[in-house]
Amino acid sequence: MDRLTIARHRSAATGDTALVADDLTRRFGEKVAVDHVSFSVGRGEVFGFLGPNGAGKSTTARMLTGYVAPTEGRAMVAGFDAALSPSAARRHIGVVPEEANVYADLTVRQNVLLMADLHGVSKAEREQRCSDLLKTFDLDDRKKQKGRELSKGLRQRLMLCMALVSSPQILFLDEPTSGLDVASTRIIREVIARMNREHGMTVFISTHNMEEADQLCHRVAIIDRGRLAAIDTPAALRGRVDSRRSVVVKFAGPGAAPADLLPRPDMEVEMLVDGWRVFSPEPGLVAQHIAAQSQALGLRIEALNTLSPTLEEVFVSITGGSRGRA
Amino acid sequence: MAALETAAAAARENTVTEFRRQLRCAWVIAKKNARVYYLKGPVVTFGIVFPLFFYLSFAAGHDAPLSVMVPGIAAMALFFTASAVGPLVTPWERQARTFERLVTSPASLSAILAGDVGAGAAFGALLALLPLVAALVLTSAQVSAPMPLLAGWLLGAVAFSSLGVLMAAPATDTPSQVMMLSNLVRLPLIFVSGVFVPHRQMPRWGQWLSPLSPLSYCADLIRVGFGSPSYFGVATDVAALAGFIVVFTAAAHFFHRRTRNRLA
Repeated sequence: MDRLTIARHRSAATGDTALVADDLTRRFGEKVAVDHVSFSVGRGEVFGFLGPNGAGKSTTARMLTGYVAPTEGRAMVAGFDAALSPSAARRHIGVVPEEANVYADLTVRQNVLLMADLHGVSKAEREQRCSDLLKTFDLDDRKKQKGRELSKGLRQRLMLCMALVSSPQILFLDEPTSGLDVASTRIIREVIARMNREHGMTVFISTHNMEEADQLCHRVAIIDRGRLAAIDTPAALRGRVDSRRSVVVKFAGPGAAPADLLPRPDMEVEMLVDGWRVFSPEPGLVAQHIAAQSQALGLRIEALNTLSPTLEEVFVSITGGSRGRA
Repeated sequence: MAALETAAAAARENTVTEFRRQLRCAWVIAKKNARVYYLKGPVVTFGIVFPLFFYLSFAAGHDAPLSVMVPGIAAMALFFTASAVGPLVTPWERQARTFERLVTSPASLSAILAGDVGAGAAFGALLALLPLVAALVLTSAQVSAPMPLLAGWLLGAVAFSSLGVLMAAPATDTPSQVMMLSNLVRLPLIFVSGVFVPHRQMPRWGQWLSPLSPLSYCADLIRVGFGSPSYFGVATDVAALAGFIVVFTAAAHFFHRRTRNRLA
């Protein structure tokens, strides 16, 4: 990320921002886990934080939530310096870590009330909020079950209840739907989107799931080897890798070799079961060429589509997916 | 000038408000610890049965008088119960990753540790009442000086619980490792405390080491409560226990913070 872009994000941080990472750096001995990372997240924004394993995602999130102190730089959370006023900053956040950390010996209800109590929510209000959240996450009939008796999906829902019971300004989520069943994934994504839409909650999602980031996030940042590699809207990021735009062609009957139909023989082609996909910065022109050539050769096309690059392709292009760590 | 005074008043108010918030967090954490870790059959049984039979097995062969035996059992029970679970709470929480939940909540590290100390002290002070009350009911032993007994009981419970929380500081999430360390520290503290062998009958090295054990002062105060003369002096006992509390809690805070930074 160039200096100019960093400066732009810094200046944006002085406005209506929920989170600011200002030159955040964290070293563990000789190893630099996070290397001068700067970005800001606006109030009411859903911000995705993407990166391969070991890229520094969790360490950055942990510095923002006050769990780890930065070696250099500072984190501002809801207007408070996370290092100088950690308790004040943490009063405004809810955290859902990747690995379940509910109290196994407490019931679902007791787990939620514990977090409300720690955040100083009044007794009358915490009962009401607890009841509402358990209904929202379809846990109402399990409120007397112990944490240890819940499946992974139900535990994840419970952790969201625990994070949301204090009505935080900012919600931190680490791989919120990783390894979950379809029903839990759907509920969680719906609630995150609704909390953001209806309550203006700022959401910081650290994830591997590109589809999720594309679907939920207003902006995403990509971190690689401790450094911020890119930060923008998913659409703008996709626009950065024009070379990954493509055309998919499928034939009704016997097809033809790509070389017979393409404008240039050296174009990158991926063979599919019933057709092929060709990559080009100008997929419209390629599609026209394929259609014309197919007609000339008497081939029947079943489908011809132009595709934008997926966020996953953007991610691979930026981080060098050959390392296969995502 | 008026603006400065207003700012100072606001700062004072903020400090008081924050202190109250952290006190509340400590209370919530203490309640949670009691529910999750302390009120369990095996913990309660072990806290009472182990020190009781540990002491009786020694006292049975030594024809110890009631005025020595009852304070000894009571002090041992208080020491064991107040310091038994504290060393395990943080490793258990690290293992279950619930420690991260507490650390990312508004509770400061001081509030988390205060909650741990409070739960341990309350558990110890209440549970160790069982052998004390049983001895008062079943034997002819009588409390002749309740204030030293009460001071020893309360200060001892907090000091032993603080010691337990200090022993939870090493960077491990394996409770068995902490248990080893805990026994390595606690057993020598018992042997030099004068609970088994009266101070005046100890070898010289034992008499030198005895002041290093908080149990020495607690047992001394409890013995005074049952009518025996004090070995160190009541004021010294109270001051020493208060000093141990300060040292243990300060050390616990320092080492827990260091461990957290290392493990995070």
